[in-house]
Amino acid sequence: MAEYSVIGTSLAKVDAPERVTGKATYGADLDLPGMLWAKLVRSPHAHARIKHIDTSRAKALPGVKAVITAHDLPSLPKGATAPLVGEVSIDMSAIREIVMASDKVRYHGQVVAAVAATDPFIAEEAAGLVDVDYEPLPVVEDVLQAMQPDAPLVHEDLHTLEEATQERSDQPSNVSTHMVYTRGDVEAGFTVADAVVEKTYTTQMVHQGYLEPQACAARVEPNGRVTLWTSAQGHFTVRTQLVTLLGLPASQLKVVPMEIGGGFGGKALALFEPTAIVLAQKTSRPVKLVVSREEVLRATGPGAPAVITVKAGATKDGKITALTTTMRYDAGAFPGSPVARGLLVGLAPYKLDNMVAEGFDVLTNKPRVQAYRAPGGTPAAFAVEALMDALADEIGVDPLTFRQKNAAEEGDTLPLGMPLNRIGLTEMLKQIETHPCWTTPLEGPHRGRGLALGYWIGGSFTSSAEVKINPDATASIFVGTVDLTGTRTTISQMVADELQLDPQDITITVGDTDSAPFADLSGGSRITYTMSAAAHQASQDVLTQLKERAAEKLKVSVDEVEYQAKRFRAKNDTRNEVSLSELARESVAWGSGPIIGKGSTTRMQPAHAYAAHVADVEIDPETGKVTILRYTCFQDVGKAINPTQVEGQIQGGAVQGIGWALNEEYIFDNGELKNASLLDYRCPVALDLPMIETVLTEVPASEGPYGLRGVGEVPIVPPGAALANAIYRATGTRLYELPMNPERIFWATRGNGTNGSPGTNGSGGA
Amino acid sequence: MSKEKEGLSVDAFEYAAPQNLQDAVALLAEASDEARPLAGGTDLITQMKENRHSPALVVDVKKIPELNVLSYEAGLHIGAAVSCTQIAEFEPVRVHYPALAEACALIGSYQIQNRATLGGNFCNAAPSADAVPPAVSYGATLVIAGPGGRREIPSEDFFVGPGQTVLEKGEVLVEIVLPPPPPHSGAAYLRFIPREEMDIAVAGVGSFVQLSPDTRTCEQARIVLAAVAPTPVRAKEAEAFLAGQSLDDTTIAQAGELASQAASPISDVRGSAAYRIELVKVLTRRTLGKALERAKGEAS
Amino acid sequence: MKQAIELNVNGEPHAALVDTRETLLDTLRYKLGHMGPKEGCGNGNCGACTVVLNGAVVNACLVFAVEAAGADVTTVEGVAAEGTLHPVQQAFIEHGALQCGFCTPGFIMSAKALLERNPNPSEPEIRLAISGNLCRCTGYDKIVRAIQAASQALSQTA
Repeated sequence: MAEYSVIGTSLAKVDAPERVTGKATYGADLDLPGMLWAKLVRSPHAHARIKHIDTSRAKALPGVKAVITAHDLPSLPKGATAPLVGEVSIDMSAIREIVMASDKVRYHGQVVAAVAATDPFIAEEAAGLVDVDYEPLPVVEDVLQAMQPDAPLVHEDLHTLEEATQERSDQPSNVSTHMVYTRGDVEAGFTVADAVVEKTYTTQMVHQGYLEPQACAARVEPNGRVTLWTSAQGHFTVRTQLVTLLGLPASQLKVVPMEIGGGFGGKALALFEPTAIVLAQKTSRPVKLVVSREEVLRATGPGAPAVITVKAGATKDGKITALTTTMRYDAGAFPGSPVARGLLVGLAPYKLDNMVAEGFDVLTNKPRVQAYRAPGGTPAAFAVEALMDALADEIGVDPLTFRQKNAAEEGDTLPLGMPLNRIGLTEMLKQIETHPCWTTPLEGPHRGRGLALGYWIGGSFTSSAEVKINPDATASIFVGTVDLTGTRTTISQMVADELQLDPQDITITVGDTDSAPFADLSGGSRITYTMSAAAHQASQDVLTQLKERAAEKLKVSVDEVEYQAKRFRAKNDTRNEVSLSELARESVAWGSGPIIGKGSTTRMQPAHAYAAHVADVEIDPETGKVTILRYTCFQDVGKAINPTQVEGQIQGGAVQGIGWALNEEYIFDNGELKNASLLDYRCPVALDLPMIETVLTEVPASEGPYGLRGVGEVPIVPPGAALANAIYRATGTRLYELPMNPERIFWATRGNGTNGSPGTNGSGGA
Repeated sequence: MSKEKEGLSVDAFEYAAPQNLQDAVALLAEASDEARPLAGGTDLITQMKENRHSPALVVDVKKIPELNVLSYEAGLHIGAAVSCTQIAEFEPVRVHYPALAEACALIGSYQIQNRATLGGNFCNAAPSADAVPPAVSYGATLVIAGPGGRREIPSEDFFVGPGQTVLEKGEVLVEIVLPPPPPHSGAAYLRFIPREEMDIAVAGVGSFVQLSPDTRTCEQARIVLAAVAPTPVRAKEAEAFLAGQSLDDTTIAQAGELASQAASPISDVRGSAAYRIELVKVLTRRTLGKALERAKGEAS
Repeated sequence: MKQAIELNVNGEPHAALVDTRETLLDTLRYKLGHMGPKEGCGNGNCGACTVVLNGAVVNACLVFAVEAAGADVTTVEGVAAEGTLHPVQQAFIEHGALQCGFCTPGFIMSAKALLERNPNPSEPEIRLAISGNLCRCTGYDKIVRAIQAASQALSQTA
């Protein structure tokens, strides 16, 4: 592989100065002349028929400029879809209902109307004056309950899709999709096993917890075109959805990406933008819509909970002989849980000759889930990795050795069918063997160490880049991919090395939908990976164009021109040269023309990412509280373009997983969220955590110019099981439900039932 | 969202910031609708945003000199508008009332502690208030001013129910007075939260012990429980049991059991009633142990 | 109900006509154009709105603007002196202590205030001081390291 001087270094984030000085502009920071403030009206019922909406009192309030309901949105044929990313489409008739419910509300907090007023206080007051007449319906909240034949139906006309046959069930049901993947003969596999363990694991609904509540603003321009500013993960994706939802041609919409204060998958859908646009169209004024934290938690689309049964058998020498799993994922009120991803993530670390993997996408009267970092992965890995720990224990094999004996390798087939290209799982596990986090004895009472694996397939899809040479021999990069956490920097590093420029001489801009080349949304650990190919291609395009011009000047053929240290030379006569500066300067001169390189990629192979986490914990036996003493993350990153940023991704993902494992959960009462604040929805604070150590494995991915793998998703996958396994070794008690909060551990270690606490409210506990 | 309005919106109100106590009392007494004093605002503003309180008049008491007193002479005088940070950093508090200093440094975050006040912690009357149990355990008295003049009441008699106090219309809490700690005494406060910061107590216990001059027996104990009853409560049976006892693991454990009998908690999103009772036992044991060390001069 | 207030923001005098319901955060952002402090929760639970009010760091979302009449306020925009980044800001950049950056203005204010009252904090002291600031991107590791580095940088220049 080539030598790089910028790739592989921890270049400071190129957009950091405006962030540390408060100058970066996020969605809510927009202040447009004549702007109105929007406020959403939300359902106080988790399931109810909307009998009537009376907006007259709200409209009569001075300062109110418009009040809209679902009738003001263009109607959509049922089943109308829009491409979300790659081949994945999304049911826009469902999105329309989430944007604004038409005849029925299916979760508490679902939007039923919206107002626009001259100031936020009037908007708020007007929202309270929208009179909605509801007929409450029975609520189904629990995924297992929802699967019962007599459960209240979230959708009266939904019939289960059998994925294999593509047939629909006769009876309506809350199960939207059922899928089964089989391989080998599980009965035979269990027969030859020396030990078989079967357990059921439960996780709760959680929130991505991005710090920035959703914000957008819309303005209708004098020519009738609509400009939309939004803090979304993909402005082209938002545009695509709006085209279907509002019936506007793409050319009539300009979507401007604002800085985004975290997304983690939760800002992919156009749930607020249509409302801002319709209000702007109705009022002929710019309209800004910013939601509150309470709205964020109640109704923006959390991460899916699941109930997962895993059964696995192994021989005494530590080989898995068979595995079956049933994963039931709660999608909330509309289909689309990440159950298939759950099956994939849970099983991908293992060679499985005999396997049945079954999945259910289940509807309940809860907010429709959205993606959350490695969507579907964390519940699945909690179940599978905790079960693998128990199985290893049962046959008396060390948990690391057990993983090593069964680790998937290049050429193995993933549970859903695809063969694995080059992966670094074996190499990564080898690194754990000798690492102090694994070899240092953990002494003292009530302490334990846990290990768990994680996997993420890595995203592909479309990314594009343009690279321009400026007259002063610097380069400008232009992309259409939203920078969630640092991709401006990593893309700049790649282009710097390809063009042999100092990173100081590179600027990068994330452009709007009118100006930037098309890109799919940012998510799924795909941007740095796919952009590496696009930026490489664009840089090569630039070099080719420059070489052509150099060849002309040097009077040699293009093949004979080489580029080094900002100079183009004839290979056979290195004194025959022209500088980049000269070519750059001339590119704006009359008769020459600018240098613009283009690169695009749309269908790269997956760059599979594997991770392993090792956690040391101490439990307070009197209260059940967990203290994390040490936490180490191993991950095959392919190639760390920017080690500091890679570490940051791993640390952040791990801590989100730790929060999910220990304290974060949605607590519902008849479909109403009872902890809709950051006080009672307990994201980890700094004092809850130790330093998060990272160990990078670099086994190059099969595709891409630098061998890198996307790194963002997989670190959230292992923490649940790593901590559950550690808690088991500290207490002798296994926990089967997340979060493993103090109260749950307190009762579980006292042998109380299946880890539930006595006398509490359903899923709550603490 | 079962309420009429949802989200972070505050109903219209009038704001006044009187410079003296008489004006504050007059404003509050003469208000025709709901009027509320505003000190640090960390509870009141949140409650107004959530429409749990919608006062028509807010009287900012932070400019009133008497409410900004912080002095240690013949006991500790803490004006009702003094911030938790000021209290926690005041040298006499750190030396003589460490349990109060600790509690004041526990509330919310550092940003919150810079605004929140001990007076507000009392007047908000949350069962989970962290600074109340140590203040009560130190034997605090509350000085109240109102249209009818001044009155003083024992701090533990201040609470009526969640969010409810004995304050009458027009009355303002002026200061909290703690007597000088007797010799051979010590106190401690601990709360239990799932995280390490930024949570409301699932349960909290403040313990105060005064030992005999030879430090072998307990002459007097006060144990105050938080977040396990409609108001902060004293565990009087446990206190009575400890009087005259030598404090060892057995008597301390017994006191924990007795203290838990004074708890009448509810189950909510923060914890079940059964768990809270268990936590009271643990926290009572731990705070008594620490109070004992302090009384013997073994710990700061 | 509106009141006229005057206050100093980052050393400059300002006047504004504010609704009594407005928070200091609302006024700073929408009346005075200081968009640095962010609203992440509106309830004092996330710290993204942290500013210095009369010398003490507070959540600007839990202060009514009318309470700040006559006050001195410093926002993140006032931390860098004449174009030179404060060592805390510099350390956040160098140590990768930010990703999305939405929480960063609040962390900068909390970290700077910590180092002013305790120039050599221990790791637990740092973690305690920033526990009123939520970050969802970094897992706090690099933020803690940046504050440690800023502490060293400041002690070398002091």
